[in-house]
Amino acid sequence: MKQCEMLVIGGGPAGLSAAIEAAEAGVQVVIIDANEKAGGQLFKQIHKFFGSSMHRAGTRGIDIGEELLQKCKDLNVEIWLNSLVIGVYDNNVVAVDVKKSLTEHELVKVQTKKIVIATGASENAVKFPGWTLPGVMGAGAAQTMANFHRVLPGKKVLMIGSGNVGLIVSYQLMQAGAEIVGIVEAQPNINGYAVHASKLTREGIPIYTGYTIIEAKGKERVNQAVIGKVNPDWSIVEGSEITLDVDTITIGAGLKPLIGMAYMGGCKLINDRFLGGWAPCHNYNMETTTKNIYVAGDASGVEEANTAIEEGKLCGVSIAESLGYLDSTKAEELKKAIWNRLAGLREGAHGTERTGAKQKQLEEYTKAMEG
Amino acid sequence: MNLQQTGILTKADLVEAVRYPSEERMKKGPVAVCECMQNIPCNPCETSCPFQAIHVGENISNLPKLDEQKCTGCTTCIAACSGLALFVVDKSYSDEVGTVSFPYEYQYSFQIGDKVKAANRAGKCVCEGTIKKIVNTKKSDRTTVVTLEIPIDFVDEVRSIYRQR
Ligand SMILES: Cc1cc2nc3c(=O)[nH]c(=O)nc-3n(C[C@H](O)[C@H](O)[C@H](O)COP(=O)(O)OP(=O)(O)OC[C@H]3O[C@@H](n4cnc5c(N)ncnc54)[C@H](O)[C@@H]3O)c2cc1C
Ligand code: SF4
Ligand code: SF4
Repeated sequence: MKQCEMLVIGGGPAGLSAAIEAAEAGVQVVIIDANEKAGGQLFKQIHKFFGSSMHRAGTRGIDIGEELLQKCKDLNVEIWLNSLVIGVYDNNVVAVDVKKSLTEHELVKVQTKKIVIATGASENAVKFPGWTLPGVMGAGAAQTMANFHRVLPGKKVLMIGSGNVGLIVSYQLMQAGAEIVGIVEAQPNINGYAVHASKLTREGIPIYTGYTIIEAKGKERVNQAVIGKVNPDWSIVEGSEITLDVDTITIGAGLKPLIGMAYMGGCKLINDRFLGGWAPCHNYNMETTTKNIYVAGDASGVEEANTAIEEGKLCGVSIAESLGYLDSTKAEELKKAIWNRLAGLREGAHGTERTGAKQKQLEEYTKAMEG
Repeated sequence: MNLQQTGILTKADLVEAVRYPSEERMKKGPVAVCECMQNIPCNPCETSCPFQAIHVGENISNLPKLDEQKCTGCTTCIAACSGLALFVVDKSYSDEVGTVSFPYEYQYSFQIGDKVKAANRAGKCVCEGTIKKIVNTKKSDRTTVVTLEIPIDFVDEVRSIYRQR
């Protein structure tokens, strides 16, 4: 069986940062990623990031991705691409489905000392009549098509959801040449940052706050969307329906942590709206209730790339310490600095709620280990 | 209907929040306008300004504050702002025309001297303008900064090039 010291599931910003931090201390690391290129969400993020200039704010996500990949290369981190981790078993054995060609797969087992779950998040769906028609898709899927595969998903797009994902993806689809017919938001207020909304409104894009999607119409593919105003009890205001000609409906209704591997690993989970749903509990070192399994990034609660990078670093430092590559004084110093930076990053939008949810996650870990 | 409902900022909102440069300052020459009204965790505006004219401070969620006396209207911050919320206005040309500079991240075919339709914050065509300057340096990192000459009465309103729908 293939052996390694540390195996990272998922090569997004969290997984890459965990690997870099550990490899710098001398740990032998393997990253396994399902995609044809590592980097996770970063290679879709063609916009300039928010955050502190200290954390590369103002830098485009794609460029942060290239930097992280280069560092991994310099440190001889082994990266398996087109490889899906399909199981986490006893004694730190991981099963990987390696895609050899379109039809050929090979099942490989790897024995490791430490596992980092950095699988990211998956998109929430919204169900309405017609939602299974071709042309109705997740906002993240549309972003992957346009920015990674360079295929425009449609020419006339209606976006459901005005969170930052909905707003940014709308902007990027417009940059790619699509017309955004409108953005629909059931809440009375826009969910994402006003600056992202204003970029769209000055291009003439209407934002329908207080509206919801009623139906997608079409035979072979969606060709019309019916939207309407919502009452406080979520019924539709009579006569408020608007029919829009579209060829694509994208849904930006939030993300939830991808926890399949953590579940299989027996990690205790916690449910919190501000984490995006169920997420594994962990301690100060990012270790879950299952010894030797760590978690970082969106998989530990949906946040952003900056926080994913910091959490990944925490895993890397903790693992290097636990394997004897870092002395505890040095490791403690590094961890403290990372937690301080994380606290700064969690001051923004919904800061209090997010910090509270992360706190509860730590407390639940302690309870589970004591109980 | 306010910003949170429509996504459309107005000059009145900015003036009310004491976030719009004074007429006096605009008459003297180019000056930045920070159209950033929410406490978001972000500070490239502050760190990019070569004249320390924008202050955010240690807590990066603070609102950026412009010192209109220190600002030279150099336009550096326009491309640095992650929210594309910084503009530079100038009412010092003449009594008839002024300029507005804004970020532009779309493909374009216009050139200096071309006449284009100008759009306000709601995307409505409000007047015609002439392209005065197109800046796309390595530092602006693929964010083009366009300067448009327009009738002076629209300097406080125009924020982009009109998009035909
Ligand atoms: C539209 C949009 C805009 C955003 N804008 C910003 C922004 O401006 N600033 C910011 O900081 N953040 C932003 N984010 C958030 C940021 O992209 C994510 O928080 C970040 O990418 C999370 O990193 P991660 O490493 O946890 O997960 P991901 O980047 O999602 O990476 C997870 C990786 O794991 C792989 N994987 C999953 N399961 C398996 C498996 N079983 N086996 C093998 N591989 C697996 C996936 O293929 C993927 O490559 C944005 C997100 C979106 C969708
Ligand atoms: S225009 Fe120049 S001087 Fe004025 S705030 Fe922006 S960067 Fe600073
Ligand atoms: S960089 Fe732009 S969006 Fe960020 S705080 Fe400054 S003005 Fe606001």
